[in-house]
Amino acid sequence: MELVTPGIGLLFWQTLVFLIVFLILAGFVWKPIASALKARESQIEDSLRAAELAKEEMEQVKADNEYLLQEARAERDKMLKDATEVANKIKEDAKNETAAIADKMIADAKSSIESEKKAALAEVKNLVAELSLEVAEKLLREKLSDDKSQKDLIDKFLKEVKVN
Amino acid sequence: MEFNQRNTLSKFLKFSSLFTLVLLLAVAPVKAAGGGGEEGDFDPSAMINHHIMDAHSWEIMHGVVVHLPVIVYSEEKGLDVFSSANFYDEDHNVVPYNGYVMDHEHISLASGEHVLDFSITKNVLFLFINALVMIMIFMAVARGYKKNAGKAPKGIQSFFEPIIIYVRDEIVKPNIGPKYEKYLPYLLTLFFFIWFGNLLGLLPAAANLTGNIAVTLVLAIFSLLITLVSGNKNYWGHIFDPLGNSMPWIAKFPLYIILWPIEIIGIFTKPFSLMVRLFANITAGHIIILSILSLTFIAQSIAVGIGATIFATVMNMLELFVALLQAYVFTLLTAMYFGQAVEEHH
Repeated sequence: MELVTPGIGLLFWQTLVFLIVFLILAGFVWKPIASALKARESQIEDSLRAAELAKEEMEQVKADNEYLLQEARAERDKMLKDATEVANKIKEDAKNETAAIADKMIADAKSSIESEKKAALAEVKNLVAELSLEVAEKLLREKLSDDKSQKDLIDKFLKEVKVN
Repeated sequence: MEFNQRNTLSKFLKFSSLFTLVLLLAVAPVKAAGGGGEEGDFDPSAMINHHIMDAHSWEIMHGVVVHLPVIVYSEEKGLDVFSSANFYDEDHNVVPYNGYVMDHEHISLASGEHVLDFSITKNVLFLFINALVMIMIFMAVARGYKKNAGKAPKGIQSFFEPIIIYVRDEIVKPNIGPKYEKYLPYLLTLFFFIWFGNLLGLLPAAANLTGNIAVTLVLAIFSLLITLVSGNKNYWGHIFDPLGNSMPWIAKFPLYIILWPIEIIGIFTKPFSLMVRLFANITAGHIIILSILSLTFIAQSIAVGIGATIFATVMNMLELFVALLQAYVFTLLTAMYFGQAVEEHH
């Protein structure tokens, strides 16, 4: 029976000591431990979240880079294409212009040659006509220097006329 | 190489000290019991009672006795403090002292009048030891949290952290719910107080602290008081109006004449069961080990002695588990009662 009869002394001491232990541990141990555990748990959670975020950001940056690279590549291609086009156009234009100038020059030369030729020909004709006239005059003068020859000639003409 | 050798050596030392401890656990009661045998016929029930009951002196082993202070109060003589050694003469016979007599550790006035005994008995001494061990260990743990703030736990801190987290996440949180934080300090103190007390009680020559009904009664009363103080409208409604709105008052009232006493008794049976469970489990464990060892002295045979020692060692291992289990059960049930007290209507 004594085994199941709580003694007043032990009841008193147990209440006192347990309360003291509880108050000391609650104040100096459990509270800081609970808050430390909580802080650590939230820190771990935050870190995990931050890591996840960083990973996502990284991926975003990578995607951005890829996009930029692609854009740059497209830009470069476009620029190259444009430049080629422009160069081709310039080349074409130059070629066309040169050809036109050359044609014009040739035509100019041709026409000037023609006119020179014409002028020269006309001069030659005039000279030939003058010379012929002079020769004819001289011949006539020579041949008709005496009366006999003048008479012969008149006869000849008359003969010819007669024939006709 | 040297490191390896040291490692092996320390391992061996650890193992051998553990082995010695286990051996001591098994042998210590035998020595004391052997002492009982010298004085005459061996009486196992007296030996066992002597071991599981409180005492005014601490018998570490036969012949080595620490006499603890006696603090008594009576109306006639007032407060008196003296050593319990005064109750013994040179031949270790119990004698009256200064008007007080002690009969089987029960002190009263020579006139037969009752006294209030606040002595530092064996159990009180172990209560102090338990408290001191707890405060020292957990102060060290708390220091670890200060020192390793934001870092991984180290040393003793890393041993207790999983246990603290287990109590918080597996016992307290699921049973109390979102308001658990208010109750965590008490439940952690309760858990470790019981666990350490149980373990201390398993040491050789130690007191049967958590197997004492006064100790478990105080713990149960604390749990009951906290439950009652935390009880919300819903909790009291469950006790005084368990049928709720299912029927009119005129119909409920006759039922309540029967139900109210049951519900009110129910408030007290819960802590009562806590008290008895812990007390009975721990005391029973001690009784079993002591009984097994008593077999040796009853049979007076070495063979039985060897067998009983092995069996008692196995029992001791089981008691190590029971020490933790009972701390768990007490804390778990207390948390459940708190949970019922703060549960919101659903």
